[in-house]
Amino acid sequence: MGNTSDPDHIFLYLKLLTATENSMPPFHVFVSFLGPLLGISLGFDAVNSEKNNGTLIRLMAQPVYRDNLLLSKFVSTLILVSVLFISLVLLMTGGGLLITGVRMEPQELLRIMAFVGISILYVGFWLSLSILLSIGLRQAATSALTAIGIWLFFTVFYQILINLVVRAVLPDPDFLSAEQIAAYNELILTLLRVSPSQLYTDATTTLLMPSVRSLGPVTMEQMAGAIPAPLPFKESLMIVWPQVSGLVASTVVCFALGYYIFMRREIRS
Amino acid sequence: MDPIIQLKGLTKCYGALKAVDDLSLDIAKGEVFGLLGPNGAGKTTTILMMLGLSEPTAGSAWVSGINATSRPIEVKRKVGYMPDSVFYDSMTAFENLLYLGRLNGLPEPEVRSRAAEMMEVVGLSAHMHQKTATYSRGMKQRLGVADVLIKKPEVIILDEPTLGIDPSGVKEFLHLIKELSVGQGLTVLLSSHHLHHVQQVCDRVGIFVKGKLLAEGSINALSGNLFNKDGYTTAITLGNAPTAAAL
Repeated sequence: MGNTSDPDHIFLYLKLLTATENSMPPFHVFVSFLGPLLGISLGFDAVNSEKNNGTLIRLMAQPVYRDNLLLSKFVSTLILVSVLFISLVLLMTGGGLLITGVRMEPQELLRIMAFVGISILYVGFWLSLSILLSIGLRQAATSALTAIGIWLFFTVFYQILINLVVRAVLPDPDFLSAEQIAAYNELILTLLRVSPSQLYTDATTTLLMPSVRSLGPVTMEQMAGAIPAPLPFKESLMIVWPQVSGLVASTVVCFALGYYIFMRREIRS
Repeated sequence: MDPIIQLKGLTKCYGALKAVDDLSLDIAKGEVFGLLGPNGAGKTTTILMMLGLSEPTAGSAWVSGINATSRPIEVKRKVGYMPDSVFYDSMTAFENLLYLGRLNGLPEPEVRSRAAEMMEVVGLSAHMHQKTATYSRGMKQRLGVADVLIKKPEVIILDEPTLGIDPSGVKEFLHLIKELSVGQGLTVLLSSHHLHHVQQVCDRVGIFVKGKLLAEGSINALSGNLFNKDGYTTAITLGNAPTAAAL
């Protein structure tokens, strides 16, 4: 905090959420790991356990639309997750406020709120994926394992896979011009952003560290005139907008797919 | 006769298998109709098509003048369906009823009194606040009836309601059904594979085998149609009387 050469040093409460003593990962990294597990554990048996218990047919014999069933499964869990995240973050910042008494910048509040929103969205993606699996797969155990498999693939193996492919396919960087290297770097980053956890990490780092001004490689010319100063909130939000749209889009795709499968299926016990 | 349930040439195929084959049936208002048939005869499939939970391959199902396939929500408002009784085990019987009442859009002030009243009707008021996990099968079946009645249906459909209940329980249960049908003017459709259960309460019975309705009518008319009226007689004629010596 006393380090004045750090452009983010005026944002105490953002530091509270991101800085650690290296003994444990910062809060947003924690969420990027455990958020998916939260979403999966809340959604993996949403539909198939009702079906296996025989309560689904009892529900469907009532005058309710099928889409309302899916929507209520999704929305109720999302409310639960929202309450969890909002209270967690409020506890952390509120605790900081009580102990230090430092005034909170309005911009910090906005950034923290945006961070909470994106975290909820991120869990929402995993929730809708696991609801999709719970519609498609008959056994709750199968759908849980599949969802965890997908999560593991994207958090661990996807990076390894991309690295392997990059090493095997791309030419030796020693023979490339600076522009070509930059173009290849951009390509690799784009590939990595297929993974939702990468999107989430990108989005939260930018929001919680105002000095991050680009998510891709920056050339020396671009850096030359730049003053190491925090970006305004709106600019940070503009940087992460593609990431946010990507998360929203993948959530909607999963939900729509589940909806399509569920709508015309015959339900019997 | 004013049919409240009308099935017209209802057919359902699963691949090559014809689960229900060109079924046409009329059920009048206030009638207790028994659908009698062995397992796998297509009884449940027929019921699902009546509720719009399954789409018929051909033909149509009409419940009080509403097409069940194209407007299932309206049909479900009028029809109470009791599948094999399962409830949310983590909730009490009363909470289960409240939940269903709310799903059916009962207004909040009414739903509690209505649920309590239904528990009274089926004789479970004493066990109202117990978890349904502790209920016996017979009690669950009766709770199932309360569950069906809470929406004030015009038709109730019971799928194998007597399965797994002891004989005295069956008798009590069927008595309750009959009482409701007479007292509230409900139309009841009951599926079962026990002839002697069905014949205790049903006004009319349809015999359903391999997707086809073999016969329908009142129990007496059916026994007249299907069997010889006098029962079987065996006649033995001897060519010549055996002599005493041969015996």
